[in-house]
Amino acid sequence: MIQVMYFAWVRERIGQPKEHVETSATTVRELVSELSSREPRYEAAFADLTALKVALDQELADFDAPLAGVKEVAFFPPMTGG
Amino acid sequence: MAVLVQSEPFDLGAVTTEFAQNADGAGAVVTFTGIVRDLATHDLKEMIIEHYPGMTEKALSNIRDQAMERWALADALVIHRYGRLKAGDHIMMVATASKHRKDAFEAAEFLMDYLKSRAPFWKKEITSKRADWVASKQEDEDALTRWD
Repeated sequence: MIQVMYFAWVRERIGQPKEHVETSATTVRELVSELSSREPRYEAAFADLTALKVALDQELADFDAPLAGVKEVAFFPPMTGG
Repeated sequence: MAVLVQSEPFDLGAVTTEFAQNADGAGAVVTFTGIVRDLATHDLKEMIIEHYPGMTEKALSNIRDQAMERWALADALVIHRYGRLKAGDHIMMVATASKHRKDAFEAAEFLMDYLKSRAPFWKKEITSKRADWVASKQEDEDALTRWD
């Protein structure tokens, strides 16, 4: 069971800030496919992965990163701080 | 104290004075302040800044550590706000202190370049007609390459 979090327009498109997900996905990309096949709102949020970033346990990672041992996955658009 | 993530406003003058007083042996203090502007529409009702609690503090501390390691700094400070802000409000500031000005200037630029595209903050602009997430800029991403 992992905690999946969404921020900014990803959160708005999916309609919730976080959820617990039971998954057998071994990489971020597999988790994305799994979620996208669930419901159109996920498919809409994950339609263009080049527009998204992912963090694993609060560290930036890439979509091919393994999920083994990961407790928290976060999806969000590129940051716009400062 | 070196990294603060808060919704409350900060007093730029008071923070800078205290920072300069406490920066032991420093001969130079540089500060940068980001201010909410209303360039696009002249109709900005508010700016909402969202962040990722936990990761934000880690990312900012990491960026500050890198600056402290790379330049001869007496101290470095980052304050970044989240929540609802209005045009003219101070969003964030960095302050750096060093013996000579070059280190303080360069480190402040480095902190800004990194926190713009590596710290998990997102801005949303609310006008009377629309609510839009601010898009990231390629030039902000490109700015990081000069520090490689």
